[in-house]
Amino acid sequence: MASKTNNIVVDLAKQLDVVDKEFQTLQILNEEGEIVNQDAVPDLTDEQLQELMRRMVYTRILDQRSISLNRQGRLGFYAPTAGQEASQIASHFALEKEDFILPGYRDVPQIIWHGLPLHQAFLWSRGHFQGIQIPEDLHILPPQIIIGAQYVQTAGVALGIKKNGKKSVAITYTGDGGTSQGDFYEGINFAGAYQVPAIFIVQNNQFAISTPREKQTAARTLAQKAVAAGIPGIQVDGMDPLAVYAAVKEARERAINGEGPTLIETLTYRYGPHTMSGDDPTRYRTKELDSEWEKKDPLVRFRKYLENKGIWNEEMEEKVIEQAKEDIKEAIKKADAAPKQKVTDLISIMNVELPSNLKEQYEIYKEKESK
Amino acid sequence: MAQMTMIQAINDAMRQELKRDEKVLIFGEDVGKNGGVFRATENLQAEFGEDRVFDTPLAESGIGGLAIGLALEGFRPVPEIQFFGFVYEVMDSIAGQMARYRFRTGGSYKMPITFRSPFGGGVHTPEMHADSLEGLMAQTPGLRVVIPSTPYDAKGLLISAIRSDDPVIFLEHMKLYRSFRQEVPEGDYTVEIGKADIKREGKDISIISYGAMVHESLKAAEELEKEGYSAEVVDLRTVSPLDVDTIVASVEKTNRAIVVQEAQRVAGVAANVVAEINERAILSLEAPVLRVTAPDTVYPFSQAESVWIPNYKDIIETAKKVLTF
Ligand SMILES: Cc1ncc(C[n+]2csc(CCOP(=O)(O)OP(=O)(O)O)c2C)c(N)n1
Ligand SMILES: [Mg+2]
Repeated sequence: MASKTNNIVVDLAKQLDVVDKEFQTLQILNEEGEIVNQDAVPDLTDEQLQELMRRMVYTRILDQRSISLNRQGRLGFYAPTAGQEASQIASHFALEKEDFILPGYRDVPQIIWHGLPLHQAFLWSRGHFQGIQIPEDLHILPPQIIIGAQYVQTAGVALGIKKNGKKSVAITYTGDGGTSQGDFYEGINFAGAYQVPAIFIVQNNQFAISTPREKQTAARTLAQKAVAAGIPGIQVDGMDPLAVYAAVKEARERAINGEGPTLIETLTYRYGPHTMSGDDPTRYRTKELDSEWEKKDPLVRFRKYLENKGIWNEEMEEKVIEQAKEDIKEAIKKADAAPKQKVTDLISIMNVELPSNLKEQYEIYKEKESK
Repeated sequence: MAQMTMIQAINDAMRQELKRDEKVLIFGEDVGKNGGVFRATENLQAEFGEDRVFDTPLAESGIGGLAIGLALEGFRPVPEIQFFGFVYEVMDSIAGQMARYRFRTGGSYKMPITFRSPFGGGVHTPEMHADSLEGLMAQTPGLRVVIPSTPYDAKGLLISAIRSDDPVIFLEHMKLYRSFRQEVPEGDYTVEIGKADIKREGKDISIISYGAMVHESLKAAEELEKEGYSAEVVDLRTVSPLDVDTIVASVEKTNRAIVVQEAQRVAGVAANVVAEINERAILSLEAPVLRVTAPDTVYPFSQAESVWIPNYKDIIETAKKVLTF
């Protein structure tokens, strides 16, 4: 075997070690629902804590119902979210209405809580263009399908916000797999170069479909990818709603104050399959790993924390669950009432001003559809 | 001989070539343990090891660059792009780089790479997965673009593609993966790239098509038969370069033709076929050559696929216009 190379110029092992050591996981609330980092506890009122819990419970029910609606053929594309509520809902909870969200395909809950009506989310899942006709004053994009694309666009939205002198931020989400895309690096690098008000979230749920996190990169954390872009990066316990909230809140304040973008990696797990389109997690994950992560559940620990504070009980939770179920039923009814899509609908949403070929095709299809 | 679906035939072709040539490498997102999201590479990693069949980080341009680099080091890469709707992420590697290396090195280097990818639509995938982007590829000098419509053709063509010393884009229509079975020989055989196939003989009109539309065309031909018209169905199998000899021979026999593609109308493969017929066989024509295509919108949301994708009824309607011209 060849002898180990001498590092004459610089101690390379130490170089990586220094970086690794700087990226420890921020946790505020442990698995038992106890505060372990008093200094970092975010300043939230009891009402705000209850509201955050309410949203997480609601979102868990929405996930369960969506899965069964999908199985009944009453929803289309669906990417399960259970397990990721702290990463998704607590990060969103730190935002304001005027902030612009650029979500990935799994980030439908955040845009619902930002204001997308539930029946529209269902229509999007079913593959209906009315699903993602953006309501006025709602600053969101449709869930991105092309992994990474939203990251570069976030740099652009945030630069626009800065140029317009607005006091808001652009926030985007991708997964652990998404950090391997060129777009990921370009996005954080542009954001750093222009010092724009952007927040880049990486929900590291340990797998990209079947591919484990270790196969994506030799880097020990995904947060440390920020270093190369010259922006701050932080890794948080993504099953801890307080840690996620605190990290995003701080990133937002920095952004608003002109101090530039932040990359936040949340360590989390999706309990369900990748999507409902035929993924079988038993091909690539063990039961042991599943249960290891289920012990970290964000709802369980937050419930304990609030119950110990005396501001949450079963009755309150039941009420949220009932409300969620009722809303979902109503939203499905509304989605069912959407008209069948026609080719003329599709043509009419193509351009601000239709080109001549589409004008001609519009007439041809109109004639066909009238028969 | 075994009865195989198209996906099994494709899997079998890769197994065959992994066995035959140790330089063949298969890689892409989730192709290893998971066997690909459609299971095209099912069991290949278990059989041939992680050295030969491996997962990549999630980056299509990375996959493209890796394929080019490995080819330069003497390997025969067979990368998978998980859905062809994502091909824009790797367009520079494919069209800007791979397709030009031989030319740019004055004929020194070769690029024996086969990009495989599921394409087309009609199976209710989420947005931006399904699409018919073969026209982009067909317009790129340096690439051969192969689109099988049957399990038999798929296996033979994929083996030819992998053995080719030039780059091949091999597009597998998602709807055909498991839609029917066919007798497929075990072991080694090839189907020549660049050769069309007459899938049904006829004498009144040529219906020229490829991919899933071949089956719609066959269905249309059956219906037309009932009304006394004899339609010939030509399966292009390779959309670049076109097998102009087979196309022209068919048109010279039938004197009428329509061209059917699932893709949008503008600047597509069908337009090219029409142009070739006009240039080579115009005096044989009794009627203008018409196209059946999708409209020129973005590929639609899944619930609208059924009204957007052309079907056998559209083919019959257009065929009759030409037959009664
Ligand atoms: C450009 C692109 N390549 C591939 C895919 C197919 N795909 C969808 S999700 C996924 C894995 C994503 O993993 P990760 O980023 O970790 O997010 P997660 O699904 O775990 O939330 C892949 C490969 C895609 N949608 N877009
Ligand atoms: Mg992931």
